[in-house]
Amino acid sequence: MYHFRATFASAHRILRQLSHDPRTIALIFVVPCVLMALLRWLFDEDEATFTRIAPALLGIFPFVIMFIITSITTLRERTSGTMERLMALPIGKLDLMLGYMIAFGLLAIIQAVLVSSLVLYGFNLEVAGPHWFLIVMALVDALLGAALGLFVSAFARTEFQAVQFMPALIIPQILIGGLFLPLAQMPDLLEKIAYFLPLTYAIDALNLVVANTDVTAEGWRDLGIVIAFMVGALLLGALTLRRKSN
Amino acid sequence: MIIQADAVSVDKSGTRVLDDISFEVQPGTITGLIGPSGSGKTTLMRAIVGVQKISSGELNVMGQPAGSAGLRSKIGYVTQSAAIYGDLTVAQNLQYFATLARATSKQVDEIIAQIQLTKQRNQLAENLSGGQKARVSLAVALLGNPDILILDEPTVGLDPLLRQELWKLFDELAVKGKTLLISSHVMDEAEKCSSLLLLRDGNLLWHGARTGLLKHTATRSVADAFMKIITAGEAK
Repeated sequence: MYHFRATFASAHRILRQLSHDPRTIALIFVVPCVLMALLRWLFDEDEATFTRIAPALLGIFPFVIMFIITSITTLRERTSGTMERLMALPIGKLDLMLGYMIAFGLLAIIQAVLVSSLVLYGFNLEVAGPHWFLIVMALVDALLGAALGLFVSAFARTEFQAVQFMPALIIPQILIGGLFLPLAQMPDLLEKIAYFLPLTYAIDALNLVVANTDVTAEGWRDLGIVIAFMVGALLLGALTLRRKSN
Repeated sequence: MIIQADAVSVDKSGTRVLDDISFEVQPGTITGLIGPSGSGKTTLMRAIVGVQKISSGELNVMGQPAGSAGLRSKIGYVTQSAAIYGDLTVAQNLQYFATLARATSKQVDEIIAQIQLTKQRNQLAENLSGGQKARVSLAVALLGNPDILILDEPTVGLDPLLRQELWKLFDELAVKGKTLLISSHVMDEAEKCSSLLLLRDGNLLWHGARTGLLKHTATRSVADAFMKIITAGEAK
């Protein structure tokens, strides 16, 4: 019962913090929509290309934004000394992690619905499969970004370092995840590496739902793998959170 | 003994920060942890709270090794810089920590009054003065009525009148049976403590009753006593 309350109190606290920072909230919701609109405009004359890359970006934009926001927020918690204070209190490490996930998960739901609606109904992206699966994938990708952000912030001591994780860990996943080139056409070694990266499965699932009328077995598998990566990152994040420093 | 240290040493990246320290703290007392900055005061406090690993020795709090999960609700800790959320109001900060410390919302109101921030309760913490932030941080530590309060320089930069008020509060807490360990580099605050730990360069120069220290060194103030002990140590 205590852990339950501590988790929700933490989620509530994080949302309250953000409520005093409306600009960040606006960025979370508006930026992915603006980027999508830019992309649509860019391929104004070439709808086929837009249709090919938009589904993948529907997962990538929320993933990247949540990764940055979560890693910086957690790092601020460490540098301000509040993390040390929390670690001296009875709250469990996983309680805090889940609190973060609930808070950012709520934001991610709104973000996923907004950007997916824009693409589906504003830009009339042709999607053969169920729209809800597309929205769920965008949401899960945002949560994966949040979980990875929580995890890597343990390895950064300053905000400068945390920001560096973005090009170091995120851009390679975008490059070889199947957005630029289908996995089958990539050099063998890169293809093998790509299968170890979560974003590969996120992009695959989004492409599948656009191409097939039903959620395929492969689509469900992809969703499962992305969730597994997310849970793994969360558990590792809780493990790397230290109550005692050396 | 509510806090018992036996030959405690702490090394941080190869440097000895605390060297073979032994002392005990009696329940219901105010113990001053006195020493210049860099002497190891904060490290010692963090070890007692259980957020700093000790390299050797034994450190027990209420009969359990420091850092035990059971102690987390029994110790209130105030760090040197105010560890509160700048983007939350005073009341929101306290409400959050109250849930974690299993305190009631009634206690939140009481504590806000006690630290004299009723007027600022709906102000963002980042807009408060340094002294006000320090008081919010102190209030957080008081939530949930912990038995032990570890306060790292709680009165730095405060107005003399407020400083006096806080010491009155500390006395009241001690009378109620709370144990307080308060660090300071201001010697006149040491005069208000019943027991003292004098720390310098990671070594414990003295531990025991303040009256005993004055008697032992034949001095009238803790500042003079500290000087005498240091020069006597260096003469050896």
